[in-house]
Amino acid sequence: MKERDLNQGRPSRIFDTANDSAPAATFSGNKALMLDEPLIFELGSSETCGVDIDAMEPVKSRLGGLERSQVIGLAGLSESETVRHYTRLSRQNYAIDLGLFPLGSCTMKHNPRLNEKMARIAGFSDIHPMQPISTVQGALELIDELAHWLKTLTGMPAVAMSPKAGAHGELCGILAIRAALEARGDAREVILVPESAHGTNPATAAFAGYRVEEIPATQGGRVDIDALAERLGPDVAGVMITNPNTCGLFEPDMRKISDLVHAAGGLVYCDGANFNAIVGRVRPGDLGIDAMHINLHKTFSTPHGGGGPGSGPVVLSEALAPYAPLPYVTQTDDFFQLVEEEQSLLSDSDTFGRMTAFHGQMGMFTRALSYIMSHGADGLKQVSEDAVLNANYILRSMDDLLDAPFGHSGPCMHEALFSDKGLADGFSTIDVSKGLIDEGYHPMTMYFPLVVHGAMLVEPTETESKDALDNFIGSFRTVVTKAKDGDKSLLSAPHFAPRARLDETAAARKPILVWNEPEATEAAE
Amino acid sequence: MRYLPLSDIDRGQMLSKIGVQSIDELFVDVPQEAQLTGPIRELPNHASEMAVERHFQALAAKNTVAGQVPFFIGAGAYRHHVPASVDHIIQRGEFLTAYTPYQPEIAQGTLQMLFEFQTQVARLLGTDVANASMYDGSTACWEAISMAGRITKKKKAIISSGVHPHYVSVANTMARFTGDELLTSLPSLDAPLNPEQELINQIDDDMSCVIVQYPDILGNINDLSAIANKAHDHKALLIAVVTEPVALGAIKSPGDMGADIVVGEGQSIGVGLQFGGPYVGLFGCKAKYVRQMPGRLCGETVDASGKRGFVLTLSTREQHIRRDKATSNICTNSGLCALAFSAHMTLLGEKGLRNLAMVNHAKAVKAADRLCAIEGVEMASGHFFNEFTLKLPRDARAIVQELADQNILAGVSLGRLYPKSEGLDNGLIIAVTETVQDEDIEALAAALEASLMGGLA
Repeated sequence: MKERDLNQGRPSRIFDTANDSAPAATFSGNKALMLDEPLIFELGSSETCGVDIDAMEPVKSRLGGLERSQVIGLAGLSESETVRHYTRLSRQNYAIDLGLFPLGSCTMKHNPRLNEKMARIAGFSDIHPMQPISTVQGALELIDELAHWLKTLTGMPAVAMSPKAGAHGELCGILAIRAALEARGDAREVILVPESAHGTNPATAAFAGYRVEEIPATQGGRVDIDALAERLGPDVAGVMITNPNTCGLFEPDMRKISDLVHAAGGLVYCDGANFNAIVGRVRPGDLGIDAMHINLHKTFSTPHGGGGPGSGPVVLSEALAPYAPLPYVTQTDDFFQLVEEEQSLLSDSDTFGRMTAFHGQMGMFTRALSYIMSHGADGLKQVSEDAVLNANYILRSMDDLLDAPFGHSGPCMHEALFSDKGLADGFSTIDVSKGLIDEGYHPMTMYFPLVVHGAMLVEPTETESKDALDNFIGSFRTVVTKAKDGDKSLLSAPHFAPRARLDETAAARKPILVWNEPEATEAAE
Repeated sequence: MRYLPLSDIDRGQMLSKIGVQSIDELFVDVPQEAQLTGPIRELPNHASEMAVERHFQALAAKNTVAGQVPFFIGAGAYRHHVPASVDHIIQRGEFLTAYTPYQPEIAQGTLQMLFEFQTQVARLLGTDVANASMYDGSTACWEAISMAGRITKKKKAIISSGVHPHYVSVANTMARFTGDELLTSLPSLDAPLNPEQELINQIDDDMSCVIVQYPDILGNINDLSAIANKAHDHKALLIAVVTEPVALGAIKSPGDMGADIVVGEGQSIGVGLQFGGPYVGLFGCKAKYVRQMPGRLCGETVDASGKRGFVLTLSTREQHIRRDKATSNICTNSGLCALAFSAHMTLLGEKGLRNLAMVNHAKAVKAADRLCAIEGVEMASGHFFNEFTLKLPRDARAIVQELADQNILAGVSLGRLYPKSEGLDNGLIIAVTETVQDEDIEALAAALEASLMGGLA
């Protein structure tokens, strides 16, 4: 003790604390680096402002008596408080930057920072969509260049760049199909969708005015081609097939499916959500499809940003190209033209119309092109090969312990699918997921696709090292073993996350979607 | 390849664990004829960071940067100053590289941000609730029309001539396929300054909704109360579209004037121009319609230990649960742009937004007075916020191009927005935000004056 007095506690030493326990709670509610953060409305005030705005001499208002008299109810923070607020919030998020993110079908790969830098060059980030065409030639050239890559990589003759996300791309493809059918005077009303399809497929077809019918899957997890052939007929406008499919399997009969649908007068939409498995190795255009969206935020690594923005360009066949939406870019000699309503009127085009106010997700085009150029043709081929290799490595490192419903029939593509078969009674996929959270991972996609009970869809992507995969497999095996052994601690997992399991049922029963001042809440009750 | 961590030794070990000889055996399900043998020959191979950067800089140099010239373009996207901290915040890897918050225990950062965003948006628009964002204003507008159809079970809608023509175009595109009937009309440079009056006379019992823009495409602001009342008399909803949310710091919100659904383009706050996207669609409505809303919603709840937390909620409306019965096919939102919006709005706060709005208005008034002093130039807008329309003595398209050649980005000609429309060619929409300096206004006025003099000579 004497020594301690002399140096006043420095340097720190570890004392025997075997009999002391950690305090149950802290005054602040925080636990060291695990910091809770109030809402901005609880922190800020209507008088605080984190921006200095130059004063103006007042002018005579031209607002016509519509001046806002009531309080808006916004809370402001100074810049220092704002930065701290969001930094503290950010630490309650899992992210690719923190670790492996094995969400099947979502393709959570590394987001290169060069892409961010390129998107922020003022010549791309600070130009207006309605600037005169002569002042945005470089931007149009960039769109055209990305379009060239997308067409060449897919082996398709045309691409519509404006769709804002994957589901918007699906809508674009389905509207093009409808426009093409209507142009030949052939109104059809049904779109066929495999039962394993992502929910956006049937929702898109319905949003575009079609009736949706499901096609069953085979025991092997593929489209039941006999059932499909039987259902085809003069009322079927087309099919929406995901390839590689949502079970992580390639549809080997894709060409045959396309031929059957075409023979019956329909058109083929391919959901390209899983293009990452085949980019640079297979051209979907060689499989007879008519349209396919490409999620730039999946295959070409534009950041997911906590749920968007996405970007969903759609490649189109010769049959659908004339119906592509406005606006689009064309090139004559060295001049890039943006074809909008005016040029479209002049050229008497068959375009089905416009899908969004401007030209699409330019900020995502710059990032995707930066990613694509960085990889090149050789790198992209390596991308799909490593993505498939990593997924199969996980499949074969787990299938002795966890049921892989299609694992016996051969390799998977870029994602490995498991089921909850063999977990102890009362244990389900969600418990494995929450257990993985405690292990420091984002869980895999759970309960999708619907064709497999308690589905766990694991997509490691190509940007994970072998060490990272081995560590993940170690954790995954540990958690699955607990679930098979009936370890009850799993049922209340996660134990170490910023929150325990949340009551989603209560949230939906009595939705609280905006913050209200506490006084107001009391008065209302 | 700098983004791919596997070595050939790793690959070899992994292949033997899998039990195959080569990577090709993993692609066994792909028919041989569909497989490429080597890298696609028509495309170049990988490039270094430096090489990519050189290429991008060369392309960017061919564009005229808005911030480097006198700049007056609006018409649905506005150039506002974005504080440096906003871009810093959205580049935090925990926000940038996170996924949709489907696992709420490890996504409270995104979820709380969305809850704050929803609250800010609802208060700004004057609605009870708002969702976690849509792709952009134009798609949000169609979603609102579609939602009104579900609520009223009617399929006819009337769109004001003041709505952005690209929004009308998006709605027309969709309506053609869904069988909805849309009544539309063109604006006029000479007609009464309140096109809503004309609209009021056309509302009937068959209509699901009336869609107006506020401020409208020509910059006009008009009271929406009368049209809201008339719509409600006919059991139709009033949908208001806001393409310049900064305006709502100065003028009454559409919700306060009776709008049932208010949608908007949030780009003005935090997002930047970005040549048209990504932007962020705002979507708010009355609480009683919440179960018919499209898109993601974040709600408050508690965790197992009683701590406040947030989750995505009411997902039984959405495609991943309801499939073809969903309220929309939308899956993603515009999360990172919503964060930019929310962070910028937090920096501004009540006081800052109001100040910012008044600076915009003052600068616009100043510019309008200066430009209307030019001989032959007439004001075609009535009351306005930060954008107004001028009627020039000749085709505004040529003038815009002429001024662009002198490095002045003068505005948007009505001829470009409304091709082949009688009587609109001479219209020029001018937006004036806080980024415009007095010398910019002078440069525009001088160039316009010179151009018109030249035109007369």
